[in-house]
Amino acid sequence: MGKDNLKLIELEKSSKKKKTIYRWILFVILGIFAIFYIAPLYVMIATSLKTMEEIRIGNLFSLPGGLNFDSWVIAWQGQTTNTTSGLKMDAGNVFLKNYFWNSTKMVVPAVLISTIFGALNGYALTKWRFKYDNIIFLLFLFGTFIPYQAILLPMARTLGVLGLSNSITGLVVVHVIYGLCFTTLFCRNYYISISDEIVRAARIDGAGFFAIFFKILLPISAPILVVTVIWQFTQIWNDFLFGATFSFGEAAPIQVALNNMVLTSTSVKRYNVDMAAAIIAGFPTLIVYVLAGKYFIRGLTAGSVKG
Amino acid sequence: MATLKIKDINKNFGKTEVLKGINLDISEGNFLVLLGPSGCGKSTLLNTIAGLETSNSGDILIDNHRVNDMEPSDRDIALVFQSYALYPAMTVKKNVTFGLEQRKISKEKIEESLKNVANLLQINELLDRKPSQLSGGQRQRVAMGRALVRDPKIFLFDEPLSNLDAKLRVEMRREIKKLHQKLKTTVVYVTHDQTEAMSLGTKIAIMNHGVIQQCDTPKIIYKKPQNVFVADFIGSPSMNLINGILNKNSSGVNFECVNSKGANQIPVDSYNFINKDSHNSREVLFGIRPEHMYLSKNNKNDYQIELKTILSEYIGHEQIITFNYYHQELVGKFSSSIDIAMEKDFNLFFDLDQISIFDKKTGERL
Repeated sequence: MGKDNLKLIELEKSSKKKKTIYRWILFVILGIFAIFYIAPLYVMIATSLKTMEEIRIGNLFSLPGGLNFDSWVIAWQGQTTNTTSGLKMDAGNVFLKNYFWNSTKMVVPAVLISTIFGALNGYALTKWRFKYDNIIFLLFLFGTFIPYQAILLPMARTLGVLGLSNSITGLVVVHVIYGLCFTTLFCRNYYISISDEIVRAARIDGAGFFAIFFKILLPISAPILVVTVIWQFTQIWNDFLFGATFSFGEAAPIQVALNNMVLTSTSVKRYNVDMAAAIIAGFPTLIVYVLAGKYFIRGLTAGSVKG
Repeated sequence: MATLKIKDINKNFGKTEVLKGINLDISEGNFLVLLGPSGCGKSTLLNTIAGLETSNSGDILIDNHRVNDMEPSDRDIALVFQSYALYPAMTVKKNVTFGLEQRKISKEKIEESLKNVANLLQINELLDRKPSQLSGGQRQRVAMGRALVRDPKIFLFDEPLSNLDAKLRVEMRREIKKLHQKLKTTVVYVTHDQTEAMSLGTKIAIMNHGVIQQCDTPKIIYKKPQNVFVADFIGSPSMNLINGILNKNSSGVNFECVNSKGANQIPVDSYNFINKDSHNSREVLFGIRPEHMYLSKNNKNDYQIELKTILSEYIGHEQIITFNYYHQELVGKFSSSIDIAMEKDFNLFFDLDQISIFDKKTGERL
């Protein structure tokens, strides 16, 4: 008995020791990965706060001399009243302010329309079975595999015929159509998990197609709507190819403007302004993730169907 | 209150026939239970009555009015679902009144109906809660409230108790029965639970493979099953079916078990054959329920047989004993207070007033 007990105590010690070692190894590896992923962001922010002088002398990872937001202001509105930094903008240079609003005007309607129609499609495909509904769903699924490049030419022609070339409206149309396959897929997979009996009960209660959708299903769709909104927002805001192809000049979205800004700068590469501009262009997607991320996992239907 | 007639309903999903010529006639205030194993088509039939599915042929008449082409909401029926199907985003109050609101009924009337139903089902204190905050039994009540509030002509229930635990199920079963006695509404109730069917129904329709096997009162279904399927389905443990042949001799008709080589002849003269003739040497199944086998002679018509005990299952209030009767297994149900030795020869008494005899080939009652 005593001997067995002693052995157990020894085993406990060694198992504790092992646990601590594994923990350390785990945290070191995680730490390395964290640094690896955070490094580019650090470099961007640090560089954007440096003056050109500092960039020229210092290395990539050195801290900026002070909090100098001049390059942010320049990236946003093209010029700054504070001239101490020695940065001046030439007239006609690209800056982001107008294009930021272009993108906003494009993203908001495109996300809303594609999400609401995706939800309607998903609802119709799962709760109102009709002939060949599976084939139609397959076509939607197929749509998610079509690469951007494949639709450029037909889409350009279509927009031309519709008279929507080089306009924000045209880009909204493009993104709605392209995104619809994805939003339909997401919503269909969500609604298929919701009991058909709810819909049947509502039909017996006298609710029609739209009443059931808006009054019964939409209120419990928050988890999937958040997913589709995040997905669509990220896709559309970050899109460069459609923007570059179907718009130019004043009507371009922010990613195209960012590209123009970085590529067309005169003589010296102003890394600080480029970095600030890149952060500004990527900022809204970050915000969406931070704000909506917590609704991602919430299961709002919990307990509504079975005990 | 209404009558419901179902005439020659056929339904197939693709090539699978789910309902094959269903005929039912439910008079006013009756409680019809559709009973059958899963996949027998009982829920499909219920959905067809509700109008959630369409039949390929046949008519459905409510109060002698053909409703085939009417929307579910226009048929004046209410359906209680197995999963309760409460609207998750709405409060209990909204859940109950949703149907009335869709029908554009005045606010005062809705309030009044809500009050009546809430009192009847005792869900007053739940009205402001969401379905996710309710227990299984409470959800069940709300689901019934949603059906009751519209005061429909016919109530349809689709296995409403199968998601409840055993104790609650018995309670809710009695409440449904009470409700029916009080409201006297016509009810069609689907279940796979024979106890539920027996205790609730004024009539039971037993279905298998899309065909109604027998439709009658619980008593007749229990006592005179129409075929082997019904005999086997109703009762727990199910009816013993002994293989054998009928012999006609000078003393009358006897049943002879296979393998017995004439040693054991059970006189079945007192059995009420549907068709009196040509029973000689017909292959039959002799059916006797486990609860109609006694340890001692109780009635004049009890018949003694000899067999061997094999296995005993103790389940508290009773014990189930398996016997060997000429190499066929028989099951008997006895009070658990008696000690019965295993692997021993044993005498039992068959209650010949309670037997059923089926044709072996067709499975139909003789």
